[in-house]
Amino acid sequence: MTITLDLIGENKKIKVVSISGGWGIRQRLGCLGIHPGDIITVKRSAIMRGPILISIHGNQVALGRGVARKVVVEAE
Amino acid sequence: MKIALMGQPNSGKSTLFNHVAGYKAVTSNFPGKTVEYTLTKFNLFGQAIELVDLPGTYSLTSFDLAELEARKYLLNGDVDVVINVIDASLLSRSLELTLQLLELKLPMVICLNMIDEAERKGIRINVEKLSEVFGVPVVPAVAIKGKGIKGLFSTAYRVGEKKKIGKTIKFSKDVENVITPLSIQIKKTQIDQKFNIPERFLALKYLENDSYFIENYKKKSNDLFKEIGYFQNILKEAHGRPSDVVISSERHHLSMNIYESVVSLTKPHISLIDYMDNILMHPFLGYISLGLIFYLFFNLIFGVGKMVEEPLLGYFYKLIPLLGESIDSGTLLFSIISGMIQGLAGGIAIVLPYLFPFLFGLAILEDLGYLPRIAFLLDAFLHKIGLHGKAIIPFILGYGCTVPAIMATRILESKRDRFIASVLATMIPCAARMTIIFALVAFYISPQAALVIYILNIIVIIISGKILSHLLPEITPGMILEIPAYHIPSIKVAFAKTWLRMKEFIFVAWPLLIVGSTILSLLQYYKTDMFINNLFSPLTSLLGLPLVVGTTLIFGVLRKELSMLMLIQAIGTSNIAAVMSTTQIMTFTIFVIFYVPCVATIAVLWREIGSKRTLFAVAFTFVLAFVLATITRFVY
Repeated sequence: MTITLDLIGENKKIKVVSISGGWGIRQRLGCLGIHPGDIITVKRSAIMRGPILISIHGNQVALGRGVARKVVVEAE
Repeated sequence: MKIALMGQPNSGKSTLFNHVAGYKAVTSNFPGKTVEYTLTKFNLFGQAIELVDLPGTYSLTSFDLAELEARKYLLNGDVDVVINVIDASLLSRSLELTLQLLELKLPMVICLNMIDEAERKGIRINVEKLSEVFGVPVVPAVAIKGKGIKGLFSTAYRVGEKKKIGKTIKFSKDVENVITPLSIQIKKTQIDQKFNIPERFLALKYLENDSYFIENYKKKSNDLFKEIGYFQNILKEAHGRPSDVVISSERHHLSMNIYESVVSLTKPHISLIDYMDNILMHPFLGYISLGLIFYLFFNLIFGVGKMVEEPLLGYFYKLIPLLGESIDSGTLLFSIISGMIQGLAGGIAIVLPYLFPFLFGLAILEDLGYLPRIAFLLDAFLHKIGLHGKAIIPFILGYGCTVPAIMATRILESKRDRFIASVLATMIPCAARMTIIFALVAFYISPQAALVIYILNIIVIIISGKILSHLLPEITPGMILEIPAYHIPSIKVAFAKTWLRMKEFIFVAWPLLIVGSTILSLLQYYKTDMFINNLFSPLTSLLGLPLVVGTTLIFGVLRKELSMLMLIQAIGTSNIAAVMSTTQIMTFTIFVIFYVPCVATIAVLWREIGSKRTLFAVAFTFVLAFVLATITRFVY
């Protein structure tokens, strides 16, 4: 089952299925190593619908809630 | 020979650059601090070398202004050698840029920076093998400690002399089957020569839908663009994804494969610093720590500043009566000399004591890597004023100086966000205004009152942000920000950075201050200051300020701290409390914080957001200053 990244709880490991945003967001996420098929760990979720912190290929990236909503994932 | 440093953000290009140039480029532990390129010249083997530090860029498909700047420089410039600086602890991701750089067919060297950090993380890299894969030399280094830099530059020099170009790494067969015919088509139209870049690179950029290359040449060769659409479709149909995703996924897989073939993983060493985020980014403790850090920081500045200001000021003000004993106090000479002494005293005794601890503390926080954490914590709040978390970086830099803060808005993706952030950044009390808050309000009223000014200032910025984002309703693109690992700050680097930023005050503001003080003395001597003061009397009387404040406000546009120092001179005593009431001190400070940005800020605003918007910012801040100061007069 696929859901979007913003709904994933802390300390969960998931796999990226696709990125539903336009060209710009696809490219920018790609630059940080986030492509379909990659494994992401959600490390933290900020309060007040703030950003989420993920770990990808040994690196930490903060994604705003709106950005995370565009990343379609499935549980590992 | 011209050597360019190119690499992903926060890979240590500026640190490397500073090792050669002396501390010229500001380094910090957050991605995207370099927004313009910096040049330096040095000698290597008797040859003059020109070294360029370019802004970091994740890929050669660029999004923000700083990245675009780097790419433009590389494509148009006459670069002889590219040093691709890589953060070795992030090797797999960094190789995606390396693959693109190879497509440019420029002589290249790879620098595996922070190799010690990679080993700490358990990543051991086979350097020879990596060099073999790409066909370019690979030099491991630790730029912050100066390790491997000599070897790097002598390698770069040799590569430049031989014009040695690396291998082009091929994609999978079906993708190559599209790239090759498209490259041939491009070569036919000779469009590659207009860009002066290899046709294969251009073919890839077109398949990736890079807007820069598409928009600039769409009109000139319509047929080619039909071809491009055709080839994009082949990829899309075969892979079930847009062609840009196909290319970037291909590159990603290539990088991963290369990474796996050259790296052997061992057990990582985890140190205490890795656990800091459990507190600093915690949903509750994170905010407590943030408040605490800034509260301590505030007290540190005030503590150090006050300790130094009092005795120094007393010492300088003993000099003037002494001068009166040897020169008649009614003469022109006396006016000039006492003006100069006051200018000198203002710089040493009033500004520097607060400026130094502030800049030093900021340098430590920056190098530690705390700024991106603040962006994470405050993203939700910044969305309320129509921006996103990354905007906090220009804002924090704004507490140092507004000019680099406005430059730093280049890290924001949308034009509207840059405009709002620039206008708001001008309202943040920079170090110059900070010295006014500390030396007037904290010194004569109380440190609590100064803290209140800072808090009120933030509230005003939030309200202004709400107004601006309401006027320009557009959804901010959302934050995508790398949170780098913490680095233990080097005291030496922090001092060098503090010095670099203080130089601006010492060599630009201070001479201006001495000249300004002397001019004011002359104005007073010839009684022309009263003319200016009368001109400003409608404003000053509305605000309930002494008449003499009028002249000082003009000086304040040159440099904000001038208005305070001139004020001390204009009222003729260093003990302001004897002449001005606390209400007047508050009103004056509030007005000076917000009214018209200084000349340097106006200049940089003009360049970054254009003339119309700059005039808007000037008018907006003036009206705001007037309203707030009037309120202060009657409320405080």
